[in-house]
Amino acid sequence: MKRTDTSNPDYFHQVVDCQWGCPAHTDVPEYIRLIAQGRFTDAYMVNRESNVFPGILGRVCDRPCEPACRRGRIGQKPVAICRLKRVAADYREDVSDRLPVIPRQKNGKKIALVGAGCASLAVANDLMPLGYECTIFEAQSVPGGLMRYNIPAFRLPVAVLDEEINMILDMGVEIHYDHPITSMKALLDEGYDAVFVGTGAPRGKELNLPGRYDTENIHIGIDWLESVAFGHIEKIGEKVLIIGVGNTAMDCCRTSLRLGAKDVKVMARKPREFFKASDWELEDAEEEKVEIVINRSPKEFVVEDGKLKGMTFEVMEYDIDNGRITDTRITGEEFIPCDDVVLAIGQENAFPWIERDLGIEFNKWEEPAVDETTFESSLKGVFFGGDSAFGPKNIIWAVEHGHQAAISIHLYCNGLDLNDRLPDTLNLGSRKMGMHEWSYSNDFDPAARRIMNHVPLGERFKEITREVELGFDAEQTATEVERCLNCDIQTVFFDNLCIECDACLDICPTDCLTIVPNGEEVDIVASLKAPRLEKDQPLFVSDGLKQTGRVMVKDENFCVHCGLCAERCPTAAWDMQKSILGFPKAKNYVEDDSCQQRKAG
Amino acid sequence: MTYIKKPRIDLPGRGRNEIGLTMRDYEGGLSTLCAGCGHDSITAAIVQAFFELSTPPESVIKLSGIGCSSKTPAYFVSGAHGFNSVHGRMPSVATGAMAANRDLVCIAVSGDGDSLSIGFGQFGHVVRRNLNMLYIIENNGVYGLTKGQFSASADPGSKAKKGEVNVMQSIDPVSTAIALGGSFVARGFSGDRAQLVPLIKAGIRHRGCAVLDVISPCVTFNDHEGSTKSYAYTRENYHPAVYTDFVPPAEQIEAEQKDGEATTVTMHDGSRIKLRKADNAYDPSDRSAVMHYLEDRRTKGEVVTGLLYIDEDLPEMHAIAQTEAEPLSGRAFSDLSPGAAALAKLQKGMR
Repeated sequence: MKRTDTSNPDYFHQVVDCQWGCPAHTDVPEYIRLIAQGRFTDAYMVNRESNVFPGILGRVCDRPCEPACRRGRIGQKPVAICRLKRVAADYREDVSDRLPVIPRQKNGKKIALVGAGCASLAVANDLMPLGYECTIFEAQSVPGGLMRYNIPAFRLPVAVLDEEINMILDMGVEIHYDHPITSMKALLDEGYDAVFVGTGAPRGKELNLPGRYDTENIHIGIDWLESVAFGHIEKIGEKVLIIGVGNTAMDCCRTSLRLGAKDVKVMARKPREFFKASDWELEDAEEEKVEIVINRSPKEFVVEDGKLKGMTFEVMEYDIDNGRITDTRITGEEFIPCDDVVLAIGQENAFPWIERDLGIEFNKWEEPAVDETTFESSLKGVFFGGDSAFGPKNIIWAVEHGHQAAISIHLYCNGLDLNDRLPDTLNLGSRKMGMHEWSYSNDFDPAARRIMNHVPLGERFKEITREVELGFDAEQTATEVERCLNCDIQTVFFDNLCIECDACLDICPTDCLTIVPNGEEVDIVASLKAPRLEKDQPLFVSDGLKQTGRVMVKDENFCVHCGLCAERCPTAAWDMQKSILGFPKAKNYVEDDSCQQRKAG
Repeated sequence: MTYIKKPRIDLPGRGRNEIGLTMRDYEGGLSTLCAGCGHDSITAAIVQAFFELSTPPESVIKLSGIGCSSKTPAYFVSGAHGFNSVHGRMPSVATGAMAANRDLVCIAVSGDGDSLSIGFGQFGHVVRRNLNMLYIIENNGVYGLTKGQFSASADPGSKAKKGEVNVMQSIDPVSTAIALGGSFVARGFSGDRAQLVPLIKAGIRHRGCAVLDVISPCVTFNDHEGSTKSYAYTRENYHPAVYTDFVPPAEQIEAEQKDGEATTVTMHDGSRIKLRKADNAYDPSDRSAVMHYLEDRRTKGEVVTGLLYIDEDLPEMHAIAQTEAEPLSGRAFSDLSPGAAALAKLQKGMR
C-alpha cells in the first residue's frame, strides 16, 4: 500500500469522531479541555464559532456527535458532549466584548432573510460582521422559529433562547415581526441583492382517516405546540393519544402532561427499534410515565355526536430479519378511548407563497431544487437553508446550512463563482511538554457517563416553563470532562525516525499498532494485531521503515489517545499533536486583514 | 519510563486462552526501563508465550539476579512466584526452588553482566546440572545500569558510545552453553517477535536447562554506529539458521512443508518443535558440526539465530539425582525434617 496521505485534513478530521459527526464541525475535545480548565467563556466561544447557539444546542441538540463518540466503541457510553456544552453556556461570563465587531461603514449590499429561525439567524451572524445589511421578515411576533414554538419551554427556557438570538439581532439586523411574506415576487421586486429562505418545515402531516374532521379534539402536533407556546391553548383532556413516535411526539406527550392530561399514550406503528425519537427523549418521556404502545396502526377516529370517544387501531405483527421488516400482518383490532389526539407523524416544508413562474424550480413533491453545496436555488441570488432546503433535519444542520449559504451569498454579491470555495485546513502542533508530560490529560479514566439530574416528578408539572434538566454540577462536570479521550490529540508518525524496537506495539493498551511487511490491503489487514472491526475507520500505513522496509500500520478504531506510544518511543517517531481543523466561514473569504477584521475574527 | 499506567480497557472481541485469561492477565507492573529497550520487547514476547501456552500464572516461578535485565520479571506474569536474587547467584536460588518443587514452571531472566561476568561460574554449573528451567540472557553488550561500559559479551573491535574500541575477547553464551553440555541452546533477537515467541515456548516445555540468548539492543548506551549489538547492526547481519515452530500436544502438524526439509523433535510433554532449516547442511543435533558452524559464522560477523542445538534425551537434575516424583514441597514438614533423633540414626548408619 502507499503511504496514507495524512496531509489531507479529512484523515485526522475523521479520527475526531465527534467533530466529524457534527454537521457544523464543532471542535468538541478542545472545548471540553477548556471546561476542564474552568475556562467556560473560552469553551463557549469555541462552540459559538461553529454552532452559533451553544446554550440552546447544549439542551436540545440532536447530538450526532454522541453516537459517534469513540467511548462508545470501547464498551462504554459516549461522553455527555451535549451536557458539557450546556456547562460552558451556564457558567460563562459576559461575551459581548468577544463578539465580532460590526463595521459602521456598510458594504452597500442588502440581504433579505425570510423567517427568523436558526438558519436565517446563522446567515445574519456570518454576514453582519462583513458589512452586509440583513433584513429578516418573520411571520410571528417573536424570533426563533421552531426553537421557540416547537420546543417546549420545559426543555429550552425562553431566557436562554432570547439571549443567544439577541446576540445576533443586536449586531444591527433589521427585523420585521408579524410580517409574513405572501409573495416571493413582491419580495424580489424590492431589489435586495440576495434572498435567503429559512422558513423551516412548518406543515405538519395529516392523517386522513374516517372521523378526522368530525371533531375539534384532533390536533396537528407542531401547530398545537405552537399554540401552547403562545398561550393560546392551556389545557387538554385527561386521556390523550399521541400518534407517531418521533421527537415531536415526545414534546407533545410531555406537554400534554403539563396541561392536565393524566393518561398519555404514544402510539407507535412499529416496534421500538424503528422509533425515530432520540433515546434520551424517549427516556425522559417514559420517566414521566408516558406509556409507549407499539405495533398499533391507526384505523379510525371514533366520534359520537361530535365528541371524540377514542381511536381504533389495527394490531400489527412483523417479521424482522436483520433490522428490516420482511413481512407484516394484521392480527386484530383494538379500541383505545381518549379525549384528545395529537398527530405527530412528520412535517414538511411548504411554499404556497412562492410563485411558480419566477424560475425557482420545484420537484414533484413540491420541494425546491437546491444545490447541496451552494444552497442556491435554480434562481440566481435566491438561497435556501435549514428545513426549508431539504426537509426536516435539526438545528445543528440548519446552522451549518446558514454558514454555507452565507459564503454563497458573499460570493454571489461579489460576482464570484459560488463553487470556488476555500478548502478545509489542517494544522498540527505538538503537545509534548517534557519527558512524560503532555499538555492534555492523557490518562485513561474508566469512569461511567454522568447522569443528568432532573427536577423531581412532583415538581415538574406545576409550571409548564419549569426546566426539567438541572444541568451538571461541578462534580459531574469534573468527572465527565475526564472521560473525553482527546481524539484531536493525534498520533503523528515520522517514518524516517522509527528503529522498529516494537516499544509502541507492546505498550498500546488496545493493540492498534502493527509493523508488517508491505503488501495489498487485504494482507495487511489480515496480519493486524487486533482485528479490524470498523471498516469505515481510518487506517494509517507508513512508508517503508529504514531498517527492514516493513510498514507501521495503525487502525484508528480503538485508539484511546493515551500517548503511551509516543512516550515509549526512543526516537520520537511518534508524537502527540493537536489537529487544528479549519472550516472556512464567510469571514475567511474577506482579504481585508485590518485590525478591526482580526478582532472580528 | 512512563508515568501513566497502561490503561486496562476491555475491548469487544478480546481473545481468551484455554484457561479463560486474556493476554493482559499475563502482564506485570509498569516498566521503568528506557523507552525502546529491547528488554521490554522480550517481556512482551514472554507474556505472549505464557498466554498462548495457557500456563496458570500461579504455577510459574520467575527468578533473576541484578541488572537492567533482572528487573524485567517484575513486568510480566504478576500472578507468578518470584525471586530477585543476589548478583549472579540466581542459578543457585533457582536450583533450590526447583529442588523443593519440581512441578514449577521456572523462567529465569539474566543479562550478559549477571551471567557472563559475576555469575559466570553459576551459569556454567546450572547448565551442566541441566536444571529444568528456561534461562534467558538479555544480551546487549554493555552495562547499562552503570552507564554503558563494555560487558563480557561485547565483541572485540566494537565501539562504545563515546568512541573507545573494545580490545578484549567476548564470551558467547551460545557456544559456551553448548561446550558445557547444554541440552537446549538457542539465540533470538528482541526485534524478531515471530521467532522469539516459539523459542520461549519450546524453552519452557523443554525438560532441562534451556539457554536462550536474546540480542536485546540498549537504546541508551549501545545503539550507535560501530556497535555490534544495535538494532541496525543486528538486522543487517541477521542470519536465522533454523526456523522454529512450536506445536502444542493437542494440535496436528500440518502436512505440507514449505521450504527445505523439516525436522520434528517431540518433547517430553508431547508437544513438538518443528525445525525448518535455512541452511540445508545444518543439523541442530550434531554438536561438533554446530560448534563448527557457529565459529564459521562468527568470523563472518553474522548473528546466527534459531534453536541451534537440542538434545531432548539428556537427563535433567531430578533424574540425575534420582529424586522421587512427588515435589518435596507437597510433603508434611515432619516428613522433611523428622527431628534430631532421626538425624542421629542416619548418622549412626554412616559411621
